[in-house]
Amino acid sequence: MFAFILRRSIQSVVVLFVMSLLVFCMINLVGDPVDMLVNPESLPDEIERVRRDFGLDQPVYIQYWQFLKGALSGDLGKSYVFGRPALALMAERFSATLELAFCALIIAVIIGLPLGIYAGLRPDGFATRIIMGMSVLGISIPTFWLGLMMIILFSVILGWLPVSGRGEIGVFLGVESSIFTMDGLKHLIMPATNLALFKIAMVMRLARAGTSEVMAQDFIRFARAKGLPRKRIIKSHLLPNILIPIVTVIGIEFGTLIAFATVTESIFSWPGLGKLVIDAIINLDRPVVVAYLLFVVALFLALNLIVDIIYAALDPRVRLQGDDT
Amino acid sequence: MTSNFKRRLLITGLVFGILSPAAHLSADTLKVGLAAEPTSVDPHYHNLTINNSMATQVFDALVLQDVNQKLIPGLAVSWTPVGETTWEFKLRPGVTFHNGAAFTAEDVVATMDRAADVPNSPSSFGTFIKGKTFEIVDDLTLRVSTEKPNPFVPNDLSRVAIIDSAFAEATTEDFNTGKAAFGTGPFKFVNWLPGDALTLAQNDGYWGQAVDWESVVIKPIKDGTTRTAALISGDVDFIERVAPSDLPNLEKRDGVSVYKSVSNRLLYMTLHMTDDPVKPYVTDRNDNPIPSPFQDIRVRQAVSMAINREAISDRVMDGLSAPAGQFSPEGYIGYSPNLSADEYNPERAKALMAEAGFKDGFKLTVHGPAGRYSNDTRILEAIAQMLSRVGIDTTVETMPASVFFKRFSRGGPNKTPEFTVAMSGYANGSGEPSHPLRIFIHTKQKDRGYGPGNRNGYSNAEVDKLIEDGRAMMDITKGEAAFIKATEMSMREYALVPIHHELATWASSNAVTYEHGALDSTFIHNIRAK
Repeated sequence: MFAFILRRSIQSVVVLFVMSLLVFCMINLVGDPVDMLVNPESLPDEIERVRRDFGLDQPVYIQYWQFLKGALSGDLGKSYVFGRPALALMAERFSATLELAFCALIIAVIIGLPLGIYAGLRPDGFATRIIMGMSVLGISIPTFWLGLMMIILFSVILGWLPVSGRGEIGVFLGVESSIFTMDGLKHLIMPATNLALFKIAMVMRLARAGTSEVMAQDFIRFARAKGLPRKRIIKSHLLPNILIPIVTVIGIEFGTLIAFATVTESIFSWPGLGKLVIDAIINLDRPVVVAYLLFVVALFLALNLIVDIIYAALDPRVRLQGDDT
Repeated sequence: MTSNFKRRLLITGLVFGILSPAAHLSADTLKVGLAAEPTSVDPHYHNLTINNSMATQVFDALVLQDVNQKLIPGLAVSWTPVGETTWEFKLRPGVTFHNGAAFTAEDVVATMDRAADVPNSPSSFGTFIKGKTFEIVDDLTLRVSTEKPNPFVPNDLSRVAIIDSAFAEATTEDFNTGKAAFGTGPFKFVNWLPGDALTLAQNDGYWGQAVDWESVVIKPIKDGTTRTAALISGDVDFIERVAPSDLPNLEKRDGVSVYKSVSNRLLYMTLHMTDDPVKPYVTDRNDNPIPSPFQDIRVRQAVSMAINREAISDRVMDGLSAPAGQFSPEGYIGYSPNLSADEYNPERAKALMAEAGFKDGFKLTVHGPAGRYSNDTRILEAIAQMLSRVGIDTTVETMPASVFFKRFSRGGPNKTPEFTVAMSGYANGSGEPSHPLRIFIHTKQKDRGYGPGNRNGYSNAEVDKLIEDGRAMMDITKGEAAFIKATEMSMREYALVPIHHELATWASSNAVTYEHGALDSTFIHNIRAK
């Protein structure tokens, strides 16, 4: 186990290094940040001043070397636009994205799991057909469209929920989040649901497939023959067996929720990472783009590792590579 | 396409009239939805439109600009030239900063020291400060001297927000957190949550007309449709930049007021005017590169006459543009009543092409940014069709702004401008009429600061002289006459081809009114309770 983690960690460092080189070189091919930064009414020497101050007058390999030196001491450079460390900017926005992704995930499980199990238990029921039809919609309708529909229905027509922003932020056990205030929750519910819709459909389908597979197996038949109540069969025999694949997938999906909540964040003006990075790309704020991409790579590497470990823990048949000596 | 779809969706909702009326405005808090967000609260950090318009809420400059960029007294009550190269500013007595400190000439000098050189500034205010010497005569009198006569000292100083000298050493972070964000403006800074909200409170001791709101919450809402929805649902009381397709329905809607004005934001085309270099973007019918045909004024005129500006306004811009024949819209500094947008006349354009020896036309690639200006790609496509109709077989190539501006200014050999014909935009931020002439029209002379935006090689010694003379006259009215003359001459030679001025739009609940002009930025203190 230890050897496995060590090996994977070394691999991760190599991946991060290669990724940083790629991202850094590629982004240097696109445009010139000074054109986006310096106001065109400025005197000509202003352009040179900014170029010098931001080190853009240096060749790319020197810029990269500077970046690497900084990165090793935990400094991924300063945002050109905000003049603040890219990591600090991201950390500031991270909590907003994290709570959004976390809520979306909870919504996905709370809604998706029971519906999926129901559909698996009654494959021919009328309700099942509606549920599965909805799941097809959930997977195929674009997020931004649903987001706008939700805004029109819940904010404009019904007037129940606010259109945009994060709302009031509460503090609980030292953690700042909008989950802890009523106003914050009202702001959160719509974007979180919007982000969750695709995941609901996914969890639902996984649960249904798992349920119909497990229900046909001998130990369930035996339990039923023994006369166990239906509730008990579902709770103690069905659920643990279908959860393993769902947990695995959710682990990875949590990463995509954090990394790619961009569309939802833009529509609902949610002050998260996605909005930050979109603006950074448009304005050629290179340090922020590089820091963000490296963060996403690191996130996925970590999640993969964790999922592998949990998987091994959940299922004794799985052995981790590097564990066999 | 997707955005069109979004809009149609919202319109459907609006048309069916099932929507609740705009919520009541609470008398003391105003909520505003803006399309952009400042990058800092530090007024000297970044010379960016949104930063500057937000800065005017918390800070004042010596000289202020009204909604049409006319100069009006701010922290200075008067300014007069004393001698050829010196201006004297009389400062407003009895003004205090939000932290209670009194405003004196000392603060102005400290401000200028700081603002010229803020660390890590992506676009500094040095442009407005360098080359000026500030001399304190007494607490409320200040002299500003320049090396050469400069009639635009008041304009330049209208761009620099005055801070308390106690914070001359403050960092940008100190402003962002509020530690140093004390101005003399109509609002006090309360706090800023980047990406979420900027909160301001009324400055009850303001020297000018007090604002009507105890507090203001400014939210960045980037998506146009979401902004409209936020207004209708009562989340905000006021929005800027209404999505064009939401506009007709908002106008019909009870409880909502819509404001429109022709802005000073100009969309123009620039046509390469020298022999050299021959670029691959203009070829004869057999695809052989040829020297730019636009050296001939008749071809330039043909291009202008081939463009149907009314049709672009009607069909591409949803009516939100006004055909333009010069830099300034009517009623704005530097406007010449003798210039108007060229009439659409394809027959005349064809005749001019034939006269210039291009009876069979030629092939052309035009370039432009995508997503930078309102409908930019669609406008360029429409223009390409119009040009093709008079014999200029035109293809369109658009790219993200970040790529466009680099190639536009120095993508060619030896860092020369790359494109033969390109479309771009311009808005005068300084409020002085020589600004566009100095940037776009004057012959390029880098060391003197002339012609940094002159990318097509236009050069006319007489026009240059008018511009330079005007800029050396301390009497601004005489100077303006020279600038208007220079504008007329250069526009008649198609130094560039103006297309239109964009219309700026705002919308609000009926409980408020908004005073607006040729500036498309939003000034919160101009939002008034009814």
